[in-house]
This record gives sequence, structure tokens and C-alpha cells, in this order.
Amino acid sequence: MPESTQERRPVITPARVVIALCLIAPFVAMLWVGSYAKADPALAGIPFFYWYQMLWVVISTALTMLAYKLWQHDQQGRKAGEGK
Amino acid sequence: MTLAANDGVNGVALGVFIFFFLAVTVIGFMAARWRRAENEQSLDEWGLGGRSFGTWVTWFLLGGDLYTAYTFVAVPAAVYAAGAAGFFAVPYTILVYPLIFTFLPRLWSVSHKHGYVTTSDFVRGRFGSKGLSLAVAVTGILATMPYIALQLVGIQAVLDVMGIGGSSNWFVKDLPLLIAFAVLAAYTYSSGLRAPALIAFVKDTLIYIVILVAIIYIPIKLGGFDDIFAAARHKFETPNAAGKPTGALVPPEAGQWTYATLALGSALALFMYPHSITATLSSRSRNVIRRNTTILPLYSLMLGLLALLGFMAIAAGVKVKNGQLAIPQLFEDMFPDWFAGVAFAAIGIGALVPAAIMSIAAANLFTRNIYKDFIKPDATPEQETKVSKLVSLLVKVGALVFVLTMDKTVAINFQLLGGIWILQTFPSLVGGLFTRWFHRWALLAGWAVGMAYGTLAAYGVASPTQKHFGGSSKEIPGIGEIGYIGLTAFLLNVAVTVVLTVVLRALKAPDGVDETSPEDYTADAGDPGVQTELPPATAGSTH
Repeated sequence: MPESTQERRPVITPARVVIALCLIAPFVAMLWVGSYAKADPALAGIPFFYWYQMLWVVISTALTMLAYKLWQHDQQGRKAGEGK
Repeated sequence: MTLAANDGVNGVALGVFIFFFLAVTVIGFMAARWRRAENEQSLDEWGLGGRSFGTWVTWFLLGGDLYTAYTFVAVPAAVYAAGAAGFFAVPYTILVYPLIFTFLPRLWSVSHKHGYVTTSDFVRGRFGSKGLSLAVAVTGILATMPYIALQLVGIQAVLDVMGIGGSSNWFVKDLPLLIAFAVLAAYTYSSGLRAPALIAFVKDTLIYIVILVAIIYIPIKLGGFDDIFAAARHKFETPNAAGKPTGALVPPEAGQWTYATLALGSALALFMYPHSITATLSSRSRNVIRRNTTILPLYSLMLGLLALLGFMAIAAGVKVKNGQLAIPQLFEDMFPDWFAGVAFAAIGIGALVPAAIMSIAAANLFTRNIYKDFIKPDATPEQETKVSKLVSLLVKVGALVFVLTMDKTVAINFQLLGGIWILQTFPSLVGGLFTRWFHRWALLAGWAVGMAYGTLAAYGVASPTQKHFGGSSKEIPGIGEIGYIGLTAFLLNVAVTVVLTVVLRALKAPDGVDETSPEDYTADAGDPGVQTELPPATAGSTH
């Protein structure tokens, strides 16, 4: 096990803030039930309440994917910065 | 008591069902030979499949235990009975992924560094406390039982609708359930985690076919979603005997706290379950976990579509006394017999796989953290595996007791009850992953308070069918809204832990030894850009 190099970069970077926002957004959207507890507008006969939450499955997937990509990028950058 | 929805046996459906059931049984036994390692007697091998599963297998495994009879039977049944309130399962599964993304890679790293197989292993290593480790183990085993029971209820619902097991004689009535149980037990016993991983492929294929057909074919047959929701609205707005509406298409003001707390509480609880952890730890690398969180939500979409089946059952005029039978009955009414058989097989196998994974996980917990820590510290790997296998049987028997003795009409409560308990291990596990500040005694006290409050509160909830454990929501003290008991108990737990930690730290109470170091939590994934070799699967294995 090589000695781990002390991180020189700041812990909080813009990319990391975006990652955090991507991960927090679904909580805000889903736990604020009052924002989507309504029947209209319906989509193909499905009340808003239902299709909106299903839509958020897709949105949160996209956000998680973005977070994953950003994180990979972040880690690679750090790796390179360490200059091992 | 369940009531057979019809009296005749559906021969064709039963035949197809049995065909698939036999097929997966064969696969289950063959699984023992799949990707077998040299040291098959070690617990790593039986219980974690050698920790060598990549993205796809892990995806099927995780999906296999996240989406279960809960998805196919309990959630649609809740929607069928109450409408919007049952749909909380969708936000619940949405919230799970950001949580997994944040927490589980750290657990994976530290576990692979120190050879932890269970959450208790980690807690003991982190806090140097056997007592805390025991608490986590006992909670895991306890909470898993009602969850397995839910799977058995799912299988039973299918068998009921097919017309077997409907006799008033209790033994004949439960015989099919016992047979299904025995098969499950037998191949789990012989193949370990490899059985459910392989069968998960069959299961998911079947489930996707059934869902696609159900979601396209049934709405067309029922005249579209407009008609379906109109019928549901009509049913919910028709007052019941007490003069109240029976449900709602959109949660009313008063139900929104319940909705949100159930979603959040369930999401926090899900990855604390021993079986979720087992599936996670069996993945090949830390990166696999994160990659998985980007594709697992496919299952959530599926869950949402399945939940809508509850409304379709209303529109199709399905009338069952036991709500759990609503979806199987809908399938039988709507589909030709042979395809009903396929659908029933999907539900049945969809319950078997997670039941197997759950019992293996609970067994690992017992062996590692109770048997080895307290009963026989010098157990050999062979003995460990043997005990695990036996306990996996016992856990299933425990679940069977739940099914046979408790009211099954609101099966979703089984899962929520398990959630109340398992959530109480959150501060030790997730807290421990990020900080060593919490004091081990404070964590133990917080856990005890959370468990006591949660159990008592749930005990005090009555439903029309039973006096105790009739539901999982209750007024939140101090807020006055109705919320998920598990979440309230969890907050209480955290409060006690924090306060006592401050006190104990001030008193300089002896802190346990922490055998982990900060870089363990990012090991391997501390540098995911680099391909590192597979982490050593340490515990008990020699290769």
C-alpha cells in the first residue's frame, strides 16, 4: 500500500457543488408533496400527480448520471494532480 | 384469512406456472456450479458469491431484492385500496439512488479493505463495540423476517387466485405455500448467493414481458386511462359504511406528511437491510455501485407502472376481500389462461429470489456477528458456512410464522414494520461511515430508544382487521401531523445519540478502538480512473 498523498486541492469545488445539487434535487422535489398533489393537467388520461412522479424517475436518473460523470472527472483530475 | 377469489382450479395457468417453477428450480441447483471458486466452503463464497459480480450481475441482484412481491403485489394492492397514498413507493425508490450513490461506495471500500461481510462487522471494527455490533445484527435479522414474509404472501396470493390452497382446511390451504417454501429453502441451501443471481435473469425477463403486456394490453382493453381513472375516482368518492370516502386520487392536505415521511423513511431504510448490503458487497468494484445507481432507476419506472395496475383492477371490476389478490385476479380476468400462468410465474419467482437473498443475508449476520463473536470464536470457515446455511432456513421459518399468524390484507405493512426496525441502525452504520465522533454507548442507547419507541408505537396502531401492528403511521409528537413511525423513531434515536455523545465525551468515557483509517473509506475508488486488481476477499477464504 503506497503512502497516500495529502490532498492539496480544495475540498469544495464547483464540480462538487453541482454533484451535491444533483443528488439533493430529487429530495426537494419529491418531499414537497404539496407542489404536485393535483390532478391537472392530465397526460393521456393520467392525473398530474402520477405522471409527474414518473417523470421524476427519468429526471433523477439523468441527474445521478451527471453526478457520476462529474465525480469520475473530479477523481481523475485529482489523480493527475497528485502526480504519482 | 385469505379468501379464494374463485373456486375452480385454473389448469392451464397452473401448468405454465409449474413449468417455470421447475425451470428455475433446475437453474437454482445448477447455479452451484456457476463460476465456482476453489474454496466453495467459505462464507465469502456461499454468502457473497466470491465478491466477483460485475455491473450487470449486480444490477440484477440488487434489482432482484429491491423489486419484489412488494412491487408486484403489495404496492398495487395499496393503490387498489386507497389510491394516491399507495403511490409513495415511487418517490421512495427515486430517493434511494442518491442515497446509495453517497453512502455505499464508502462501505464497499472499507469492507473490502478489512474483509467485512456484514454491517455488524463494520460497526464492530469501527467502534470497537461488540454490544453495538450485536444490536445491529439482531435488528437486521428481525427486520428481514417480515420482509421475507411479504414475499411469501405474494406467492400465496398467486396460488390463491389459481384456485389451489383455497380450502378451509388449514393444512390443504397452506400446502402450496409450504411446498414453494421448501423448494426455495433447498436450493438456497445448496447454492448460496449464486442461485438467486442466476434466477434473477429469468425473473427479470419474465417480469419485463409481463409488465409490457400488462401496461399496453390492459388499458386498451379497459378503454384507456381516462376511463380507468374515472372508475377509480368513482370508487374512492363513494362513501363507505362510515360515510367517509375510501381513498383519493390525489393526496389531501392531511395525507401529505404521511406520504413524504413514508417515502423518505423507506428510502433511508432500504439500503440498511442486510440483503441490500450483501448485493452491494458482492459487486466487483466500488465503481460498479455508482454505475449501478445510474441504471437501477429503470426499476422505479416499472414500479410506477405496476402501481397503476391497482387502478386498472378497480376499472376492471375486480372485487376481492383481500387486497393482495387484486393484481393476480386482474391478470386472471384479463389475460388468456396461458399468459396468466406466465404472469403468475413472474410474481412467484419475483418473490422467491428476494426471499432467498434476504435469508442468506440474515444468515451471514447471525454467523459472523452472533455465532462467531459470542458462541464459537474459533469456528473454521467450514463451520461458518454450515451455520449460515442452517440459519438461512431458520429465518425462513420465522418468516413463515409471520405469514401464517399475522393479518395479510395489508401486506405493505410487513415491509414498513421491518423498516421501522432497520432504520434504527442508520446512525451506527452511516454515521460511522463518515465520522467517528459518535460514542459507541450513545449509539447503543439511541438505538434502544428508537427500537422501543418504534415497536411500541407500531404496536399501538389498530386497523379494522387487527388490534395491534395495524399500520405504520402515527401522529408525530410535537408536529401533530401523521407520519411514518420509522422516521419519528429514527429522529428520536439521533437526538439521544447526539446528546449522550456530548455527555460521554465530556465525561471521557472509554472510547472503543477504531481499526479503520480514513483512507480505507476511499480505497480502490480513491483512484477509480486507474484499473486496480480485484480486492482480496479476505474473510475466511484463502485464494
